[in-house]
Amino acid sequence: MRNLAAHGLMAEFASAADLVAAAREVREAGYRHFDAYTPFPIEELDEAMGLHHTRLPFLVLIGGILGGLGGFALQYWTSVVNYPINVGGRPLFSWPAFIPVTFECTILAAGLTAVLGMLALNGLPQPYHPVFNISRFALASRDRFFLCVEARDPRYDPVETRHFLEGLDARRVSDVES
Amino acid sequence: MTDGVREKLFLPSEHVLRRTGQRALGLGLVALVVLVIGALFDRERALQGYLVTYLFWVGLPIGGLAILMLQHITGGAWGAVIRRILEALVATFPLMAVLFVPIALSLPELYAWADADVVAHDPILQHKTPYLNESFFVTRAAVYFGLWVVLSFFLARWSRMRDRPDPPSQRRLENLSRGGLLVLAMTGTFASIDWAMSLEPHWFSTIYGILFLGGQVLAALAFSIAIAASLSDAPLLSSSFTPDRFHDLGKLLLAFVMVWAYFALSQFLIIWSGNLPEETPWYFRRLHGGWQWMGVSLIVLHFAVPFALLLSRPLKRRAGALAAVALGVLTMRVVDVYWLVAPSFGSDHFTVSWIDFAALLAIGGIWFAFFVSRLVRQPLLPLSDPDLPELAEVAS
Repeated sequence: MRNLAAHGLMAEFASAADLVAAAREVREAGYRHFDAYTPFPIEELDEAMGLHHTRLPFLVLIGGILGGLGGFALQYWTSVVNYPINVGGRPLFSWPAFIPVTFECTILAAGLTAVLGMLALNGLPQPYHPVFNISRFALASRDRFFLCVEARDPRYDPVETRHFLEGLDARRVSDVES
Repeated sequence: MTDGVREKLFLPSEHVLRRTGQRALGLGLVALVVLVIGALFDRERALQGYLVTYLFWVGLPIGGLAILMLQHITGGAWGAVIRRILEALVATFPLMAVLFVPIALSLPELYAWADADVVAHDPILQHKTPYLNESFFVTRAAVYFGLWVVLSFFLARWSRMRDRPDPPSQRRLENLSRGGLLVLAMTGTFASIDWAMSLEPHWFSTIYGILFLGGQVLAALAFSIAIAASLSDAPLLSSSFTPDRFHDLGKLLLAFVMVWAYFALSQFLIIWSGNLPEETPWYFRRLHGGWQWMGVSLIVLHFAVPFALLLSRPLKRRAGALAAVALGVLTMRVVDVYWLVAPSFGSDHFTVSWIDFAALLAIGGIWFAFFVSRLVRQPLLPLSDPDLPELAEVAS
């Protein structure tokens, strides 16, 4: 019977290479709901965990396009419609002068979309997360590498999954309470 | 490092670049004959075509020198994989110096400030004579080429020695590159002012040199990417020319496409805003009489299209697709140089002649064959570079 109170099983690894290898094995064994925690970014990990798709680039593109259009529209409205001023005899709609601000607005909106979109897609901010119930998890920001298989995964079994993780060179495997 | 591995990292004997190099030489020599025939009919036009296309081709080693020194300072695998290509690029300076001779011998026919009759009736040009005179012009060109040849020689030599026993320290290359970049920024700026801007000697723009240099770096990067892509399916090299590294090169290509657009727009915006009678004629000429369509093609095909394409991650990771974009950018570099320089010869209407194409292919064909002959002399990758750890595995 499943332990409904458990968040999952946390395996601890001593090196990035062990973790990447373990993540690959876990994925190949058919698990889908698992996550890895490391003190620094590991490039190969995305691929090992099978994380190919992220909607973030698309969101950033949309944000950038909207920012650019918005910046251009703002300048058009202020200089042509709302407060037209004759500057050196130039036409009111002097689009070459609008380009720098349009560009900056594109970058600003794309950058903000990237940061806020990243937070939103990651479900942050998140005041509580079960993985912190393990005291050794603090080492994830120092020199240890963790992989947590979550109980909601259909393949999850408290006993078999534990055996499986122990077989992957894990230093220790602990239960995570939810 | 075993000699066996070293041998295998040379350009394979049946590789497409070797054949392309031979064909380019043939094509270049034929085009040279056509150009000479053209010069018999219309000497002035042939000289103008020669100068414009020369300014495109000389940009490749100049831009290559900038990237070569930059990657010595920054490090990174993207620079290590194209380092030997860049070294072959900058080894073409001696050839470009020789090809400069026809220009140096025809100054009065090309440049208004070298024409005594024109200067006699032009107080502004008389005022500029201390700088714009024939002997000083040729002396300066000799100094530029001298510095470029010396810099490229030592950069390539010390870099190759890093693969031998008892190598010089990387520090030496870094220090040379630091000073060298300063020297290149100065000489590149002055060269573009001398060779291109002084064609319209009344007009001046302070961003002109860096606009030229930015375009030259872009051209050299695009060229290097195309060559790297052609090497990426060769055995043994494929483990180094990986999607990750093309991804990095693609990001740099995108960045330099934007840098070029930034410089080009900056110059336009400042002159447009100032609206001064001594500055605007340069743009007026380039935005009328058909030339404006060339300008529009630059905005669309030199900036908008490559910018949009290079946003794509899958495209940057595929060598073939990235090389196609790079070759497109390289083609637009020819158009940009033509648009910047050719209207200076005074034609009110857009004009391009078969002589221009002959000059482009004559210089380009001979130059490319020379480039390939430099490329095949060395292993195509720096064997002992710590940024390319896979080569150490191959060797053991």
